[in-house]
Amino acid sequence: MSKLISDKTKQVFLGPLSKNNPITVQVLGICSALAVTAKLMPALVMGISVTIIVAFSNVIISLLRNTIPNRIRIIVQLVVVAALVTIVSEILKAFAYDVSVQLSVYIGLIITNCILMGRLEAFAMGNKPWESFIDGLGNGFGYAWILVVVAFFRELLGSGSILGFKIIPKSFYDAGYSNNGLMILPPMALILVACIIWVHRSRNKELQEK
Amino acid sequence: MNALRNIVDKLKPHFEEGGKFEKLHSVFDGFETFLFVPNTTSKSGSHIHDAVDSKRTMIIVVLALVPALLFGMFNVGYQHYLAIGQQAGFWETFFYGLLAVLPTIIVSYVVGLGIEFVIAQIKGHEIQEGFLVSGILIPMIVPVDTPLWMVAVATAFAVIFAKEVFGGTGMNIFNVALVTRAFLFFAYPTFMSGDKVWVRTGTTFGLGNGSVVDAFAGATPLGQVATATTPHVQITGILGQHFGFMDGFLGLIPGSVGETSALAILIGAAIILITGVASWKTMFSVFAGGAILALVFNLWGPDTASAHFPWYDHLVYGGFAFGAVFMATDPVTSARTETGKYIYGFLIGAMAIIIRVLNPGYPEGMMLAILLMNIFAPLIDYYVVDANIKRRMKRAIKK
Repeated sequence: MSKLISDKTKQVFLGPLSKNNPITVQVLGICSALAVTAKLMPALVMGISVTIIVAFSNVIISLLRNTIPNRIRIIVQLVVVAALVTIVSEILKAFAYDVSVQLSVYIGLIITNCILMGRLEAFAMGNKPWESFIDGLGNGFGYAWILVVVAFFRELLGSGSILGFKIIPKSFYDAGYSNNGLMILPPMALILVACIIWVHRSRNKELQEK
Repeated sequence: MNALRNIVDKLKPHFEEGGKFEKLHSVFDGFETFLFVPNTTSKSGSHIHDAVDSKRTMIIVVLALVPALLFGMFNVGYQHYLAIGQQAGFWETFFYGLLAVLPTIIVSYVVGLGIEFVIAQIKGHEIQEGFLVSGILIPMIVPVDTPLWMVAVATAFAVIFAKEVFGGTGMNIFNVALVTRAFLFFAYPTFMSGDKVWVRTGTTFGLGNGSVVDAFAGATPLGQVATATTPHVQITGILGQHFGFMDGFLGLIPGSVGETSALAILIGAAIILITGVASWKTMFSVFAGGAILALVFNLWGPDTASAHFPWYDHLVYGGFAFGAVFMATDPVTSARTETGKYIYGFLIGAMAIIIRVLNPGYPEGMMLAILLMNIFAPLIDYYVVDANIKRRMKRAIKK
């Protein structure tokens, strides 16, 4: 191998960030994007957790791919993902208890996140461990950045803060400004995701459906 | 009229292709067709032409809204002077209300039409007139004390996300004015509900100075019913005066600007029904649905104040009449088949009463009921058409 990162690998990493984004293009993992993005902190943690779990489950499945009997592959994938989710969940409980309480069941529900099964089925079952790892990272980051953008606007407009720090000065509130309660509710996440898709498609004409 | 026509004709070449202001063609076109009936007709395909184009239709609805709007303005002033315990003449009362409501009307039109104009320029469309009605509806369905910037934000949201993204006038799934209200309701609940917002107690442009009397309580009748702790409740006005059916019908009660007077709304209803702009089937079945379900709750409902609230009062208090006459009959978002209109209207009325009675969090259910049924209107139409096809198929096969 002449280069550590070949062009194909680079494409595997960069694709999911934009042109093949799991949320805005493949429209996967929407439920968790609605549920955890009311505040920025849980969204960040969720993004990192999913990235780690996708990357490592991709590697493990890719290593096992030639030995897994085809008929039980979904169960094997689930076992691997469930194990990783449990590890992440326990680590969060041990070191970031507050955030894990905020995320509540959604860490556990990463098991059912469509992005995971999608990557394992579509990529890791047919590619080498290194590429699978990069693919997992790419998709995890692609998922995470959408979450972070959505959570940024929801926390800024809905609570007037970023990462818990008050950003909007008190003089604004005195002048009659008020936080937008709709931003805290999940429907607004859907509309914000739609806005991102809107901007994304108008910049990438080839993604527009006829 | 001829002088105006001459001015328009003189300006026209500048806005045609190749003219100085070519880019502003749609703005010019919008104004021209606003002033004069266009003399062009469609050249291809088969069309049935009506003497009334959509601008005239919209204007009739706006005219029908005028009685309720004027009464609403008077009522804003009336409630204010009642709250500060002063006597005021008819015109003073009216002017107070006029000055209180006018800024909201201006903001709603400037923001809504502004966005429509900009989008028409970007897309190269003609300017569509759908916002004429929405723009007047918005100030009428919000409390008088709603901050203007909130109205601006909510109007912008509704025009962009409830209308333009679906393709503009005539393509929207939801009633634009109600989306504006729903946005305000969920985004800024403290400004849209409770007992502080329905009566303006401060001054308006220096008018109506005074301090609020001690007996003042600003909850709407439906708000009092929803928060009542006893199973039977006497609804009262802002100074504790008892309210009955006639008070709700005439409308000197606290509430959103245009919704209080069932009488003024009925005058509007007569205008749009006689001119054939709205469907009597929808309107009638909304009232029928609401009356029947409220009666059911009266007879067999749970032992709560809202279930005991008489069925005839349900129809005149709150936004029920306003929603039934001006919102449910919106030709774009309601069901289009004739049978569908009965089903659609009946379900709106029934759903509004269910929300009022069974959900104490929402004293008023009309907005949510109409928005919910907006979603189901195409489904109702689909099954009505489908049933018709099946029925005729059966008849054809039998013979």
